[in-house]
Amino acid sequence: MRYARADWVLAGLSALCVALLLGTTLLLLGLIVRHGAGQISVEFLTSEPASDLTGGGIFPAIVGTIVLTLLMTITGVPVGIATGIYLAEYAPRGSRIAAVVRAAVQNLAGVPSIVFGLFGLGFFVMFVGRGIDDLVYGPGEPVWGRPAVLWSSLTLAVLTLPVVIVATEEALRTVPHDLRMGAMGLGATKFQTIFRVVLPQASSGILTGVILAISRGAGEVAPIIFTGAANYLPYLPTDLRDMHMHLGYHVFALSTQSPNVDAARPALFGTVLVLLTLTFTLNLAAVLLRNRARAHAMAHA
Amino acid sequence: MSTTNESAPRLHVVVADKRVASHAPASRSTRPPLGQGLRTPLSHRVGEFVIHAMALAAVLAIALIFLFIAKEALPILFDTAAQDEIGGLSALVVPRQWPGYDVAQYVWQPVGEIPKLNVVPLFVGTLKVTLLSMLFAVPLAVGAAVYVSQYASKRSRELLKPAIELLASIPSVVLGFFALMILATFVQGLLGTTYRLNVIVASLGLTLAIAPLVFTISEDALSSVPKDLVHAALALGARKHQVVLRVVLPAALPGIAAAVILGLGRAIGETLVVLMASGNAAVVELFDPTTSARTVTATIAAELGEVTQGDPHWRVLFLLGTLLFVVTFVLNRAGALVIDRLHKRLSGGAA
Repeated sequence: MRYARADWVLAGLSALCVALLLGTTLLLLGLIVRHGAGQISVEFLTSEPASDLTGGGIFPAIVGTIVLTLLMTITGVPVGIATGIYLAEYAPRGSRIAAVVRAAVQNLAGVPSIVFGLFGLGFFVMFVGRGIDDLVYGPGEPVWGRPAVLWSSLTLAVLTLPVVIVATEEALRTVPHDLRMGAMGLGATKFQTIFRVVLPQASSGILTGVILAISRGAGEVAPIIFTGAANYLPYLPTDLRDMHMHLGYHVFALSTQSPNVDAARPALFGTVLVLLTLTFTLNLAAVLLRNRARAHAMAHA
Repeated sequence: MSTTNESAPRLHVVVADKRVASHAPASRSTRPPLGQGLRTPLSHRVGEFVIHAMALAAVLAIALIFLFIAKEALPILFDTAAQDEIGGLSALVVPRQWPGYDVAQYVWQPVGEIPKLNVVPLFVGTLKVTLLSMLFAVPLAVGAAVYVSQYASKRSRELLKPAIELLASIPSVVLGFFALMILATFVQGLLGTTYRLNVIVASLGLTLAIAPLVFTISEDALSSVPKDLVHAALALGARKHQVVLRVVLPAALPGIAAAVILGLGRAIGETLVVLMASGNAAVVELFDPTTSARTVTATIAAELGEVTQGDPHWRVLFLLGTLLFVVTFVLNRAGALVIDRLHKRLSGGAA
């Protein structure tokens, strides 16, 4: 009897932990939907914010977030996929270089996001940007050597690199070896085998990683504070050298720097809801895609 | 009754690699090795070179991050003129009796006639917020991992795991907002704290940020414990709770340790939650969780934008960043090593 009760206690306590975690998550989502849903309107989504950080629309923030993540994806994803291909297909077994690359990827994933912000400022803005200015324009007002959407998206590209690399390597490893052998046996070069046979098979797994990277990049604020995000901009980023607004940064600015947080409250909840909808949709897509990729791999294993 | 899931994917990889090795021709024949035909077009070789070059990006990134943050920080350690401006290098860590103060104190007050840049209050802030959030997050996450890996049915496991991991996908600015707007009011109503934003509120917010990470790693460790161990214990007449507490948990302990180490690294580096919810007053008070706190990360985020480049203050902020990089680097390597050893131990035992 004593033992049976202990069984229940352990099961109950651990179930309580699950309930607490999920309950808090649901509470967070529920409150944000409840307070934010009423705020969502065509006007809110398509108009400019108030210049004094008290609310208004969020159109420039939406566009800024999209431009930022697009640039980040274009610059970061090819490098991430190439690294994944190297690790899964080219690195010899027990390769020292591959071990170093893997360790670097692991560590890169653990670097605090604010450190990425310092790096983006110190390297991209001050070293690369100023370097271009000195070379091309000479002394004077900085043209490239100041915060801009190009620098913030490059910073985020470095930050999300590990997500893409890990997903690509994992996806490539689930492709059966027989396919490679078959392709090469028919006379394909290794390069052709990888790009025409292996990569298409692994595409949904890789896409999962890309989507997760985009979702992560869209929500990060700390790395872009010093590298390109702006409190308030009445115009949209149309040049790589423009600064930009950002949904996450807008939430941060409205809730900590607004002269009147109560006035900003509805807009705040609305912005958070839009940001959460964006990241959740992306994550949901990633999960569904991953399940499909796993089922696919199982069927062929 | 359910126990653990199928074998870890890692095993699959090993098997696959062995297969390649056995297929590869060992003898020296006139035929070229598979995949390296006599005429590999130049374009393919260029492509392969590009892939190899790009693969070094992650290594390059780590090196550049360290280099360029340290580059901005280091002058403070050697430039005596800059050191004089802040009252000597020792003023960074040793309490000083500044003009207008009765006793020597740890003060972080970077703006003023004499910039007072003592980093001790910031370390105290980080320490308090981090430890308290670990105290909340670790039992919660490990408990949840025990339930999901040991008690949940296969179907509910497939629902619960992604549901908890969904929490990990919430951006930290949203968690900060939640802590600032909702948790703060709740905590103040419950405990009647003097300051609305304080260590407790920030720690609760931070808990939401690190619990999913600790959960995922712990759950992986718990469910990769070989079923044989569980079955053997059950066959000897052990009850379920005895199996969990005395067989599964000890076997997975290194993995849980790794989860705690990696969670700690994440908690120390988390910025937005503490920036928004901790109140940001730099106080030196070790044990009272109802005071405000200013962490290292929040200080960098809040102050760097308003500092003149090359100022001692600027250098100290980058120095803090360098320190943050080094500490999280060490914690991450340690966590990765522990996980590696666990995998070797478990797969070595199974094979």
